[in-house]
Amino acid sequence: MIKELPKRYSDEIEMEVREILGQFPLKRSALLPILHLVQREEGYISEEAMRWVARVLDLTPIQVYEVVTFYTLFNQKPVGKYHLQVCKTLSCALVGAGQLISHLENKLGIKVGETTEDGLFTLKTVECLASCGTSPMMQVNDAYYENLNGEKVDALLEELRAKATN
Amino acid sequence: MEVPGYQGDMKAYLAVGGYESLKKTLKGITPEQIIEMVKKSGLRGRGGAGFPTGLKWSFIPKDPSLPKYLCCNADESEPGTFKDRQLLERDPHQMIEGMIIACYAIGAKKGFIYIRGEFGYPAKVLERSLREAYEQGFLGKDILGSRFDLDIILYRGAGAYICGEETALMESLEGKRGLPRFKPPFPATHGLYGKPTVINNVETLANLPYIIGKGPEWYAAIGTQKSPGTRIFSVSGHVKRPGNYEVPLGSPMRELIYDLAGGIRDDRKLKAVIPGGASAAFLTEEHLDVKMDFESMAQVGSMLGSGGVTVMDDSTCMVWAALNLMAFFHHECCGKCTPCREGSSWLYQIMHRIEHGEGRMKDLDLLVALSDNIAGKTVCAFGDAEVAPILSTLKHFRAEYEAHIQSRACPFSGADKLIMIGG
Repeated sequence: MIKELPKRYSDEIEMEVREILGQFPLKRSALLPILHLVQREEGYISEEAMRWVARVLDLTPIQVYEVVTFYTLFNQKPVGKYHLQVCKTLSCALVGAGQLISHLENKLGIKVGETTEDGLFTLKTVECLASCGTSPMMQVNDAYYENLNGEKVDALLEELRAKATN
Repeated sequence: MEVPGYQGDMKAYLAVGGYESLKKTLKGITPEQIIEMVKKSGLRGRGGAGFPTGLKWSFIPKDPSLPKYLCCNADESEPGTFKDRQLLERDPHQMIEGMIIACYAIGAKKGFIYIRGEFGYPAKVLERSLREAYEQGFLGKDILGSRFDLDIILYRGAGAYICGEETALMESLEGKRGLPRFKPPFPATHGLYGKPTVINNVETLANLPYIIGKGPEWYAAIGTQKSPGTRIFSVSGHVKRPGNYEVPLGSPMRELIYDLAGGIRDDRKLKAVIPGGASAAFLTEEHLDVKMDFESMAQVGSMLGSGGVTVMDDSTCMVWAALNLMAFFHHECCGKCTPCREGSSWLYQIMHRIEHGEGRMKDLDLLVALSDNIAGKTVCAFGDAEVAPILSTLKHFRAEYEAHIQSRACPFSGADKLIMIGG
């Protein structure tokens, strides 16, 4: 039996947490899936959320913290509505990842690691995303955009902006 | 894996004879016989190390009271490699069928697919495919009336290259930081949750339906004697037609780069090739006729590795290319072993100063000395991997390093130079 969960989310999400817990022979295995769930709901993983996760899994907060800080996909602070992650590893770099990043910096008026003032875009560089045959490329939130060039990126930014204001 | 109009869903896979090998297996082949068949086929792991798959399975204790696990390694993160992603997106059932056969062979009732966290779309495809497999009765209780039970759970990583290393993968699955474990004990006896565990790559598992369906002899006749079967190579960089190409092992590198991938873009000259992912040593034009198999690649001081073939033309600065990969390794170092943790930082700094015209001649010896103190002195193979780009470019292109130091600048920093990101 899974004990009462400390309250943080709706009943539906609580159900999801219980389902995750039921999948593993060892409770701690649920840590990554639950952190993914927290990030999906809140956009990042706050210290308060980490303490909640620790209570759910009978871990100490430091055991959660060390995992959050180890894995690059977990955001420790809020990111823009659209998280632009441009691959900069060799195969992409050979065919114009550098130009793509400069183009995005100019277009958005921010540097790598920053978020636009309107909170729409965060720009980051990341390591190989296994899309080397369709490079240069970037990941926006969960989706891949491949074979990019300046024109395609401009159109994509417009599309995302329009989506955000509607 | 790329047939026009092929959707990769259950209906499509069944229409081309999918899951027939599983049916054949459960109808009357014993787990021991499956292991023998895979041994006989000569199949070697497609993740990087090339360990014989059947042999790996045979190390699993036979004790039926012990829980056993199988993990599919779908944490494809080796720079230059993108074959597993395509397999998962376009034909996921091939891998799932292979995984069920593998679990049956080793007696595992639970399997995990550890997929890299960035693979949002492939994860969705897999979720759908697993659901389909349950609906068809290929997963769950008493599969096809054989009394064999199996559940497969999809587990998403969270952005750590090291989790592709099998023991780090298991640590991650246990909800911890992905720090590799010391071996021995090996996963076959002390793996996930301390229980017997097999970890197989996506492509390895996708080969199994063919081996069982067409027989180990058929499979062993493809490729070379020591490296049988086909292999998917991911070709990227300065080629005209980058992409995944499946060829018999032992095909010459020239054929892959010039015939299949169309040769070098703008018909420039080839300068360097990484034949097996970022962890493999750089090769040059003189190696173009080397055969793409485990032995031949090792003989010329590189490795077949993950099958990621990165091609560079003569406009590429080798110091920059090695620096780009060093930046990768520095970023991805897990921090467990001192030689790697400290050494990756120093290697990165030295490479950075050479590329930016601030290097000293004695840095070249220092790079070698540092590398000697990392390779082979760490818990996992990451230490050997991170020194490969530097040592191999130093070996084949030493003059280029010296030119950077002597002219106090990168000789490739011309007006139309690619913005050299990643350093």
